Amino acid sequence: MKEEYDIIVVGAGPAGTIAAQYAAKEGSSVLVLEKDRDVGYPVRCAEAINREGLEAFIKPDPKWINAEITKFGFVAPNGKKVIIDLGKVEGYMLERRIFDYELAKIASEAGAEILTRTYVNGLILEDGKVTGVKYEFRGQQMEVRAKIVIGADGVESRVGKWAGLETCVDFRDMECCFQVTAANVQCDQDTLFFYFGKEVAPEGYFWVFPKGEGTANIGLGVSGGIGKKRSALSYLNSNLEKFFPTANILTQVAGGVPSVITLEEIAAPGIMLVGDAARQVNPLSGGGISSGMIGGSIAGKLAAQSIKNNNLNYIKKYPKEWHKARGKKHKILDKLKDGIYSFTDEQFNKLIESLIKLPSKKRTIGRFFIIALANKPSLLKEIVKVFVI
Amino acid sequence: MQYRQAKTGKLLIDILPNKCDFCGCCVGVCPEDAIELKEAEIYIIDSRCTNCSKCIWACPIEVIKFDKEGVPEKQVNK
Repeated sequence: MKEEYDIIVVGAGPAGTIAAQYAAKEGSSVLVLEKDRDVGYPVRCAEAINREGLEAFIKPDPKWINAEITKFGFVAPNGKKVIIDLGKVEGYMLERRIFDYELAKIASEAGAEILTRTYVNGLILEDGKVTGVKYEFRGQQMEVRAKIVIGADGVESRVGKWAGLETCVDFRDMECCFQVTAANVQCDQDTLFFYFGKEVAPEGYFWVFPKGEGTANIGLGVSGGIGKKRSALSYLNSNLEKFFPTANILTQVAGGVPSVITLEEIAAPGIMLVGDAARQVNPLSGGGISSGMIGGSIAGKLAAQSIKNNNLNYIKKYPKEWHKARGKKHKILDKLKDGIYSFTDEQFNKLIESLIKLPSKKRTIGRFFIIALANKPSLLKEIVKVFVI
Repeated sequence: MQYRQAKTGKLLIDILPNKCDFCGCCVGVCPEDAIELKEAEIYIIDSRCTNCSKCIWACPIEVIKFDKEGVPEKQVNK
């Protein structure tokens, strides 16, 4: 380990290791610091990713894919179900503990150094600029310097705060989640199921995602506003009893999804934020792997260019490039989320009914939202932007 | 013991470390940067906590509570 690196990445999730990989490929010296003992574990994720988002970064490998997704299923509060057939493989279920490991390995092959069980607990700031991190390793308090620090420290990010960025998530925008991976569960291995309704998951959804024959990730998220009255865990327990009484629970995990638009400021002198830390999650679905990797790749590349050109001002381009790549779209998705949040059970029932009536070829995700928000013409235009263009 | 500490206001916020899953929801919503979260260790930073309760509301598994009687906790249905 060196005393100084060009770039330090805090957090070895997908956003962090992609940032490290892209920066190292461009010739920067990179150190990744991870607080947990393992990269990829514990898995705080429902593990679904869209095909394009994944394939932009890595070729799908059976080693870390549990299921190939060709269908979406929506279940109304009254129990009626509609299947949207996507026609071909449009998504994957990942085995994150292996997937994240693989990404870390690729980053390391590109030249990045990775250190686990390293808890970053402060920044070195000089003349209003971040110049390194303070961390705890094997009980010792230490420091390491860098020209640029990339904060990829997840939903619980503090790195940005220490640099003066406004990163706090309004509790109403925090999707508070609880998930089990269960065996002895009958579920279609090619379908992602979403359940809606005030009983199952108000201001959120209940998901059943396949994890290989007989197993599934079963979980839900509710907003912090709902969590004020009743917790995610309590909702999940009722849902398991109701829908999967015979499920055997193999793992259980809590987690938070910052379901908001990206932070206004994701870069400051000497620092950039990526992934959940930058709130780069798709606010509608809560999916954050692919958008985190996009954020990571942009940040990693720009950081390396800054180093190469000996001009740290390059990182100022980051917010704009992110906005162009994903941020703009997330603003629309966030509006759609607000539209869907306000649905009554009756409206969900009607929506699913009208989809059931359509011939299966005409059922698309776009149409789901078009029907859902038919009485909100301003949102309709936005839907077209997301799902057509 | 670093664990249960916050006492800046009248109330005490209590994180039950033996029940905590270390998921970070509370840290994400904390406006005061008052929660320290390590791999499997969590505590409230005394001097910063204002007892605003946001961490309590955001906790998916109800392990953060006010520890005085008469203070509303989550209305748990089960």
